[in-house]
Amino acid sequence: MSKISESKYKNFKADREKFPKMENGKPVIDLDSHKFTKIWQGPQHPGVTGNMSMEITLNGDEIVDAKTHVGYLHRGFEKLLERRKYIQGFTIVCRICVPEPDTNEYCYSAAVEELSGIEIPEKAKWIRTLNLEMSRIASFLMWIGGQAGSLGMGIIGQWTVSMRDFWLDLFEEISGGRIYHMYIIPGGVRKDLPKGFKDRARNLVTKTRKLLSDVERTFFNNSIIKSRLKGLGIITPEMVDEYGIVGPNARGSGKEYDVRQNTPYLKYNELDLNMLTATGGDAYTRAELRYQEMHQSLDLITQILDKIPEDGDIQAKIPNVINWKIPAGQTYIKAESTRGEHGFYVVSDGSKFPRRVFNRGASYTHAISVLEKLAVNTSISDLAGLMVSLHTCPPEIER
Amino acid sequence: MSLKDILSPFGVWKRAAQKPWTIKKPTKDRPGAENYRGFHKNDFEKCIGCGTCEDICQNAAIDLMPVDKVDTDMGDSGLRPLLDYGRCCWCALCVDVCPTGSLTMSNEYTWISDEAEDFRFIPGADETKWQNESRGYKRSENMQLIDYDRVEMSELEPENRDKTFIEIVKGYNKEQAMKEAERCLECGICVAQCPAHMDIPEYIAAIREDDIENAFRILYETNPLPEICGRICTHNCETACALHNNGESIAIRWLKRYIADQIPPEKYKEVLGTKHLADPKINKKVAIIGAGPAGLSAAYYLAILGYEIKIFEALPNAGGMTRYGIPKYRLPYDQIDKDINYIKSLGVKVQFNTRIGEDISLEKLHNDYDAVFAGTGLHLSRSTNIPGSDNKRVYFATNLLREVTLGNEIDVAEKIVVVGGGNVAMDITRTLARLQNKKYGKVQITATSLETEDIMPADREEVVEAREEKAIIDPGWGPKEVEIENGKIKGLHVVKCTSVFDDEGRFNPKFDKNQKKYFEADMVVEAIGQGMDLSYLSEEIKTGLKFGPRGRIQVNEKFQSDLKWLFVGGDIIQGPDVISGIANGHIAAKGINKYLL
Repeated sequence: MSKISESKYKNFKADREKFPKMENGKPVIDLDSHKFTKIWQGPQHPGVTGNMSMEITLNGDEIVDAKTHVGYLHRGFEKLLERRKYIQGFTIVCRICVPEPDTNEYCYSAAVEELSGIEIPEKAKWIRTLNLEMSRIASFLMWIGGQAGSLGMGIIGQWTVSMRDFWLDLFEEISGGRIYHMYIIPGGVRKDLPKGFKDRARNLVTKTRKLLSDVERTFFNNSIIKSRLKGLGIITPEMVDEYGIVGPNARGSGKEYDVRQNTPYLKYNELDLNMLTATGGDAYTRAELRYQEMHQSLDLITQILDKIPEDGDIQAKIPNVINWKIPAGQTYIKAESTRGEHGFYVVSDGSKFPRRVFNRGASYTHAISVLEKLAVNTSISDLAGLMVSLHTCPPEIER
Repeated sequence: MSLKDILSPFGVWKRAAQKPWTIKKPTKDRPGAENYRGFHKNDFEKCIGCGTCEDICQNAAIDLMPVDKVDTDMGDSGLRPLLDYGRCCWCALCVDVCPTGSLTMSNEYTWISDEAEDFRFIPGADETKWQNESRGYKRSENMQLIDYDRVEMSELEPENRDKTFIEIVKGYNKEQAMKEAERCLECGICVAQCPAHMDIPEYIAAIREDDIENAFRILYETNPLPEICGRICTHNCETACALHNNGESIAIRWLKRYIADQIPPEKYKEVLGTKHLADPKINKKVAIIGAGPAGLSAAYYLAILGYEIKIFEALPNAGGMTRYGIPKYRLPYDQIDKDINYIKSLGVKVQFNTRIGEDISLEKLHNDYDAVFAGTGLHLSRSTNIPGSDNKRVYFATNLLREVTLGNEIDVAEKIVVVGGGNVAMDITRTLARLQNKKYGKVQITATSLETEDIMPADREEVVEAREEKAIIDPGWGPKEVEIENGKIKGLHVVKCTSVFDDEGRFNPKFDKNQKKYFEADMVVEAIGQGMDLSYLSEEIKTGLKFGPRGRIQVNEKFQSDLKWLFVGGDIIQGPDVISGIANGHIAAKGINKYLL
C-alpha cells in the first residue's frame, strides 16, 4: 500500500477580513447590493450526491455562504417501521442507503436479535461479515467513480461502476437481488453460499485489484486531480470531535476510530485488519485513504473466504414471525459503513411492532453541518468534488 | 507535481484496445441467477389458500382471490394469491413464510405489456412464460420463519398408566400454551373445517394475549362443552391446519382444553355474563331427548335464549357417549361434570333413567312441550355375524364400556381379541388391557381390523399409546370364524384383507383366503360400528317423517324434520363425533327459536 501523502493545511486564498461583513459568525448578505448571487445546486444536478441541494451564496465564483437542503427523498422509513412486524423490517431498512444496503440490514437484524436474545449461528456470522465487506467494496467502487466524475474525469466511473456490477452479480447469486439484497434477516441469513461461489469471489478480488492499479495510475497519479483535491475541504482534528465526524472523513484527519476495530462485531476480531489513518485532512487524503480501505476490504474478503465454515446452520431458530413479540427494551447497534459509523437504535415495547427505530447515518453530520462549513470559501467548481469527498448519502439524512 | 503525474493518466488509452465488459446490443438475454427473486410462481397442487403470504406482505401487494379451477375443499380455502406488481418489492418474504412451499419465484425479470392490468395476476392461474422455469428463489431448507414443531405435551409414562384410569394427558401450562399459541398463522382454514366453526384463531390469539376469560367467552359462542372437546374432539381443525403440510399442526385441541381448565366452575357465570339467566323469560318449553353432546348443546343455546328446557336421559348420568363410550383415562368424569353442571345451572332440568318410547311416549312430549329435539345417538352395536359370534363371551365394545362407566364389573378374560380399527376399538382394547393388567398382572390383548395401519380410522396416537400399554395391534385382517370348543372360545380365525373400499369408495372388503392367521383368545369383543335405535318413534310419527340413506331421518338445514315440532341432530344425523353433535345442537337451537318465535 502506498504511503499516504501529508498535504499541508492549504485553504482557498480569499481575504475574508473585510468582505463580506461578519456578524455573529455569519456573513451579512445583502442581495440588493448586486455583489452576491444566490443559486441552488441540486436537487437535480449531476454534481450532487443523491437528491439533496445546496443553497449557495456566491461572490464571483467564491462561496461565501452555504446551506444544505434536504427533504426531496423523504420516504418515512422510521415511521413505516413502527407499523411493520419485526420480520418485515428488513425489506425496508435496506432502502435507507442504495449503494450500501447491507449495513442497514445487519444493524437492524442485530438489534432485533439482541432485544430478543437470539444468538445467530457461526456460519451466519461469517456470511454476514463477508456480505458487509462486499458491500463496502461495492460502495467504494461507486464512490470513486463519483469522485472522479465530479472533477470531470468520467472514465473512472465507467470502469469502477461496471466493476461494481460484477460485485452485484455475486450479490445476486447469494441473495437473489442486485441492489436491495434483503439477505441479512433477523435470525441469520436467508441462503447459504452457492456452489463455486468462493472461487468466483476470489477471481473477482483479483480482477478488482487489477482495476484498482489502473485507477491508481490514472486517478491518484494525476496532476489535475491532485491540484483539484489537495487542500480542498480540510477537516482539522479539532473538527472531528466537535462535529462528530466518523469514518474515512475522521480517519483522514488522524482520528483512530473504526467501529470494526474499536468495538468489533460479527467476526472482525478474528480477522487481520489494521487501523488506516492519515493526517492530511483534505479531499485528496480522504480519497487515498478510501483507496487503501478498498484494498483492505478486498484483503478481508479473501481472509473471510478462507475462514467461512463449509457446514453449519445459516439461521437461528426464531419464533413464528407472524406473532413475533419482542421483550420490551432498547438497544443501539453500530457497524462501520463506507461513510463511517452507521447505527440503529431500536426500542421495543413488548408488542409485535417496534416502538421506535432510529437510524444514525454518518451523512447526517457530514452533509449538513460539515459540508456547510467546508463549502465556505471554496470555489463553486469545487463544491461537487467536496461533496463527494465527504461521501454523503442523502437518504441517510432523511430516513 | 511530477512528470509521472502528467503522463500516467494517459494510461487510460490502453483499455481502448481491450474487450469491453458491456456491449451496445446484447444478442441474448442474461438469465437471472439460480436464486434470483423474479416473477412469482405458485403450485396450485400444493397451495391451500391460507393467505399467510397476504398477511406478511408489507406492501399489501397480495390479495387472495377465488380462482376458476380451484374449489373450496378440506383444508383448502379455494382462494389463490393475486400479485400486484405495482406494489410488490420482490423481497420474497411471501415465499419464505409460505407454509406449504407452493409459492416460489422464477428467475425471469423482464415482462413487457402495455396493459397495466396485466401486472395484477394470479401466478399459477394465468399463463406466464416463466411458469415452468425451475430456477429462481425458493425457501432454503435450513431457513424457517414459521415454527413447525409443536410444543410437546407431557403425558403419563406407559408404566405409570397401564393399570390405572388416571387421565394420561397432563395438559399445557401457561408458558407451554402461550408458546404453542404463538405458532398460529391465523389463516382460519381450521374455522371452515370445524363442524361448529369455532373461532379458533381468535381464541388462540386470546391465549397469546393471556386473556383467558375472553378466550373462554369465544369458546362458548360456538361450543358449550369445551372441557369435553378439549380432550377428545376428533380435531378436524388440526388435520386442516396450514402447518400440517410441512410440519406439526397447532395443538388446537390441547389449547382449547388449556382455556377451559383455567376457569374454575364458580367463575363460569361471571366470565360468560349469564348470571341474569336463572329464570326463563320466554314462556315456551322445549324437550330434549338424550343428554349427549347434541342435546346438551341445544339445551345450552336454548337456555341462554330464555326457553324452559328439560332433557330426558335413559341412563343415570349425562354426557351420552362421551361418558358411557369414552374411557376415563381420556376423559375424566369430573371434567364432563364441569361442562354439564354449568348447563344445568342455567336452569336446564334433566330427568335421568327415563327412556322415551318406554317410560314416556314421544307423543306425550309433543303434547307437553312446544318443540322436541332428539339427539339419541348410536347406542346399538353391529355384529360381524361370523360363525361363533353368538357365543356369550363375544361382547360388543360399547356395552362393555358402558358397564365400566356404570361401575359394574365386567368379564375380563386372560386372552382377548378385539375386532375393529376405530377409536372405540382402541378404547375397549386399552380399557381391557388395564383390567387384564390389574387382574392377571399381564396384558394379552390383540386388536385386529380390516383396514391396514395407514388407513385405520383410529387416531394415530391411540394406536401408538395402545402399543405402549403392551396391547398388540395387528391390522389388515378380516374375521372369519370364532373357534369354539365345548362352548368355550378358543380363538379367532382371520384372513388377509386386501382392500376395504371399492373404486367408488364404498365399503366392499376383498380378502385373500390363502393368507390366514389365528388369534388365540378366550373372549372376543366386536367394535365394528354402531347403529341407531329409533324405537321411540311410533308408527304414526314415522309416517309423518321421511327417511334418507342408511335409515337416517331427513332434516332441513336447521335440523328440523318433516314434523315441524321435531328437530333431530347428533350422531343419528351426522358424524359420529362430538363436535358435529355440538354443531347440530347449536343450529337446531337456532332453528327451534325461529320456529317458536
